Amino acid sequence: MNAWARFRHNRLALIGLGLVVVLGLSAALAPWLAPHDPARQSLIEKRAKPGGKFLLGADEFGRDILSRVIYGSRVALLVGLLSAAIAVVGGLLLGTFAGYAGGWLDAVLMRAIEILLAFPYLLLALAIVAMLGPGALNTTIAVGIWGVPAVTRIVRGSVLALRETEYVGAARALGAPAPALLRRHILPNVLPGLIVYATLFMANAILLEAALSFLGLGVQPPTASWGLMVSTGRDVLLVAPHVATVPGVAIMVAVLAFNLVGDGLRDALDPRLRGAG
Amino acid sequence: MLTFIARRLLLALPVLLGVVFVVMLTIDLLPGDAVSLMLGEHATPEAVARLRDHLGLDKPFLVRYLDYIGRVLGGDLGRSIQQNRPVAAELADAWPATLELTAAALLIAAGLGILAGVASAVWPNSLFDALARLGSLFGLSMPIFWTGLVLIVVFSLWLNWLPVGGAGSLRHLVLPAVTLALPSVAMIARMTRSAVLDVLREDYVRTARAKGVGEAWVLGRHALRNAFIPILTLIGLQSGQLMGGAVLTETVFAWPGLGRLMVKAIFARDYILLQGAVLVFALAFVVINLLVDLAYGLLDPRVGRQG
Repeated sequence: MNAWARFRHNRLALIGLGLVVVLGLSAALAPWLAPHDPARQSLIEKRAKPGGKFLLGADEFGRDILSRVIYGSRVALLVGLLSAAIAVVGGLLLGTFAGYAGGWLDAVLMRAIEILLAFPYLLLALAIVAMLGPGALNTTIAVGIWGVPAVTRIVRGSVLALRETEYVGAARALGAPAPALLRRHILPNVLPGLIVYATLFMANAILLEAALSFLGLGVQPPTASWGLMVSTGRDVLLVAPHVATVPGVAIMVAVLAFNLVGDGLRDALDPRLRGAG
Repeated sequence: MLTFIARRLLLALPVLLGVVFVVMLTIDLLPGDAVSLMLGEHATPEAVARLRDHLGLDKPFLVRYLDYIGRVLGGDLGRSIQQNRPVAAELADAWPATLELTAAALLIAAGLGILAGVASAVWPNSLFDALARLGSLFGLSMPIFWTGLVLIVVFSLWLNWLPVGGAGSLRHLVLPAVTLALPSVAMIARMTRSAVLDVLREDYVRTARAKGVGEAWVLGRHALRNAFIPILTLIGLQSGQLMGGAVLTETVFAWPGLGRLMVKAIFARDYILLQGAVLVFALAFVVINLLVDLAYGLLDPRVGRQG
């Protein structure tokens, strides 16, 4: 059975995939899907309850929460995708370097990576944002950097294993330059693992972006970010609980979706890991 | 065993030195002049000069690094700019609250997680198992700060059972501790389930059952004891994540701990306080990992003897 056939038989993974597609569509079609302008304020309608004109209610400034949730998917997906790209590219470079260099360089690098891997991720991201300053771009960088160590370890492991194989040895003996080796032999071998990791990483990246924005250190107002919406809603939690709680459901659904797809991909691409974890 | 402990301690040292190095380097790399950043636009030249001197910014980086380490060893972490108090005093005020919160959360997480995981493994594919697995999927996907707010709405606003925030009594502790524990409950339950299932498939479990050992004894004596090593590893890792989660939980519940202090320090650009807070977190992290390593040694006679 090939990978897609295995994936197709995983009901939870299919549900996740469906949710990811919905997310992608809502990000792409936000201007057409949103019933109201997400930035339009209306002070007489502030904290409007769900139902009626505002399906999910209105926030502290009378902005339509549903429209802001729809636009918020853009921020979540963009930060997630870009930070995943940073993590994958950074990890590929470092991992290949460590795997090829070997010796003490490899040893020092891997020790540092182990420490970073074990360090509480939110604290790491907080430290990076504290240094770079708040904002969407810096949040993306911080989240991306947090993902680099894990990718590095995956890639290094494969490089070490492949370096000893006969076909890579033969290619080297024939004088294949390092970039060609990387592209033709190493990359195809690490790709399945990287795809699984990147998908699960998206879930955590969305969670981390939301957390940083909630603390006020991530995406800045007036951009519609789910974490930020929860944060502003917090001030009126006891008078209008829906303002903070509704956007949080969006975060949970998005994270759940990528977790389900990631789990499904892992089972499909690597049957040995089936049922583990 | 003693050499094992000594070796672990020696390994922890470079981690701490490395953390201090990175944190100091970050502050060094701050765009612009760190001092005017910290004091704001309206600082007097004298204040700038005084802070510059206090930080030793005219000295080379390595000298400052060694200086700082020397002073830290003597218990001096510098002065917080925002609070105008010694950083050590600020941290001393804050850390017991964080310890209380994370310890309570860890207890809940380990207790509930192991219980649910074992039950899932003993009755696999039962209704309970399905519900527990679904629950842990959600537990892993819920943003912790949102969970906290939802719990406040339900238990404080609607039911009026527990306080909205603040610290001081056991009643104050319940909601933040449960909030912080939930993602870890999910992780530990998942891990326990698969670890116990693995052990229950082992030959020695079959042998034990075949010779008529009671199911409770099989579970307690054979399965749990052997499944405990991976579970313990995870609990150690989770306590690191709990420290990170504490930053969010403390913010949501106005819990007067290190996490909130750290966020305040970031907003106030109080880098000296931030540096101290990071150092305490790193130290706690190192100590927890050390304790986990020691627990391995106690649980698994093979660990530690090999050197």
